[in-house]
Amino acid sequence: MIDNVLSKVAVVPALLLAWLDRRFPVTRMWNEHLAHYYAPKNFNFWYFFGSLALVVLVIQIVTGIFLTMNYKPSAAEAFASVEFIMRDVNYGWLIRYMHSTGASAFFIVVYLHMFRGLMYGSYKQPRELLWILGMLIYMTLMAEAFLGYLLPWGQMSFWGAQVIVSLFEAMPFGIGAPLAEWIRGDFTISDATLNRFFAYHVIAVPLALLVLVAAHIIALHEVGSNNPDGIEIKEHKDENGVPLDSIPFHPYYTVKDIVGVLVFLILFFSVVFYAPEMGGWFLEHNNFIPADPLRTPEHIVPLWYFTPFYSILRAFTYPFLGVDAKLWGVLAMGASQLLFFFLPWLDRSPVRSIRYRGPYFRCALYSFALAFVVLGYLGVKSPTETDLFLFNNTVWAQIFTAVYFAFFLLMPWYTKMDKDENRPVPERVTG
Amino acid sequence: MSSDGVNLRRRRFLTATTVAVGGVGGTFAAAPFVSSLLPSQKAKALGAPVRIDISKIEPGALHRDEWRGKLVMVVRRTKQNLEDLLALQGKLLDPNSKRQQQPSYAQNPYRSIRDEYLVMIGLCTHLGCAPTYRPEVSPEDLGPEWKGGFYCPCHGSRFDLAGRVYKSVPAPANMEIPPYRYISDTLIEVGVDPENT
Repeated sequence: MIDNVLSKVAVVPALLLAWLDRRFPVTRMWNEHLAHYYAPKNFNFWYFFGSLALVVLVIQIVTGIFLTMNYKPSAAEAFASVEFIMRDVNYGWLIRYMHSTGASAFFIVVYLHMFRGLMYGSYKQPRELLWILGMLIYMTLMAEAFLGYLLPWGQMSFWGAQVIVSLFEAMPFGIGAPLAEWIRGDFTISDATLNRFFAYHVIAVPLALLVLVAAHIIALHEVGSNNPDGIEIKEHKDENGVPLDSIPFHPYYTVKDIVGVLVFLILFFSVVFYAPEMGGWFLEHNNFIPADPLRTPEHIVPLWYFTPFYSILRAFTYPFLGVDAKLWGVLAMGASQLLFFFLPWLDRSPVRSIRYRGPYFRCALYSFALAFVVLGYLGVKSPTETDLFLFNNTVWAQIFTAVYFAFFLLMPWYTKMDKDENRPVPERVTG
Repeated sequence: MSSDGVNLRRRRFLTATTVAVGGVGGTFAAAPFVSSLLPSQKAKALGAPVRIDISKIEPGALHRDEWRGKLVMVVRRTKQNLEDLLALQGKLLDPNSKRQQQPSYAQNPYRSIRDEYLVMIGLCTHLGCAPTYRPEVSPEDLGPEWKGGFYCPCHGSRFDLAGRVYKSVPAPANMEIPPYRYISDTLIEVGVDPENT
């Protein structure tokens, strides 16, 4: 009797799933994206950062929702409401520090994720669109970070926004100033600007971000993941059409990624608990002073994740071809982002992974990474001082800006020059 | 569904015109939203002129005030300052203020109505930072040739004590002189032109 009942109860979940499947493709989606998504078996350390980016996105959304419950988006109250969150809201400090540390963590994870793509040629055919979607996510993320940085209404919030919005004033044909006014909703950064940046930061941009992330994952699962050998695993399949060098994403990579998440969370909360300001790198000291439109801080620097581009912006100090230095700087900064989109077509090498590429590409990639780091460092320093050797910071920024752009603009040539130096690419993954 | 006897040309034409009309409608629908982002009537009203009392400014000192939410700097220049300004010509990008960064009545060697007082919008023409007032002569960080002026801490732009930009710095133009007038010897009003202009 009891066995009879139990056996009937045991089929309830299966019946429920069948009921759902007839109305919504639960099982099909689970299989397509997890259980029957076959990923190369040779993923290494560098493949943690995609799933980690997703984890940080969730942290940012959840902590962000809780911050909006106590934050006041008005010039008169914003700064005080952030201090209120820090001092008077239960665990407000934790929620806010998770959000501020999460912003920097997002960029660390995304920069490593992008570097992985560069190393293993993950942007190359057939993954061009995947790369472009990823770049759109990155640009959206930068917008999100910039908009959010105004909200605490500290000195750096105010003057950082002032500097970036002024970039639009460099636009020629008299559209610059009206455009900047349209963005600010006022003649200067003001209450109106703060209020609308809040709206963009908490709803408009996150929505775009979520749509792009979904598109990025769908595109990834359509073309399949690249791997450290940069070879196509779909070329060797078993009788069921499953690539021989693959394993199903779930449970193998879900379990692996959870280990990555644990390590990440240990590091993340070490910062949150013990060094949330990170010596001024994650939360700038000047931002603990309320915004004052009449007094610019001694050194205006953006947060570290923008400093490479900030260095490029101010590396241009001479007008030439009848265009003034400011516009050149703005154009160069825009180009430094846009060029990423063209990587799939600038790279003329038949080989994807750096493991089998010749010396020219290796040299170029390492120089580019060095230029990125040095420009980032120079971006937080005063332009007239000498913090490295021989030259002042502006000259070094100019040198490394040249290196930065050479990586992209000379790519069609040096990737071809590697032709005879490339090492033989294996047929199957090497583990 | 059968598509026999369908006039494809007409169908394409109708589809195209529907899309076009819909597009126009969409543009009109977007206009109020785009326009709502422009400065509000209140923000425009707050742009009224402000009066500044200049009687308490010591020679060589800087006074800060606000007009339209922007920093207004008033500097009382010394005789030495005024002499130094005339000697800087060769080092400046636009020494004669040819570019329209000032009202016509301030288009003169000192970029002011009265030589002694400089009235200026205190925002760098590069990216809108407020340059620091550096009146001292030949300080260590700005070099021996520095005769006093404004130094922008953001990107290193330099301006002299008339707000004129030096060569080879990121800022492309002299700092802006707002419209202003003298109501009396000790009171100026920023935001309106003098009556006789």
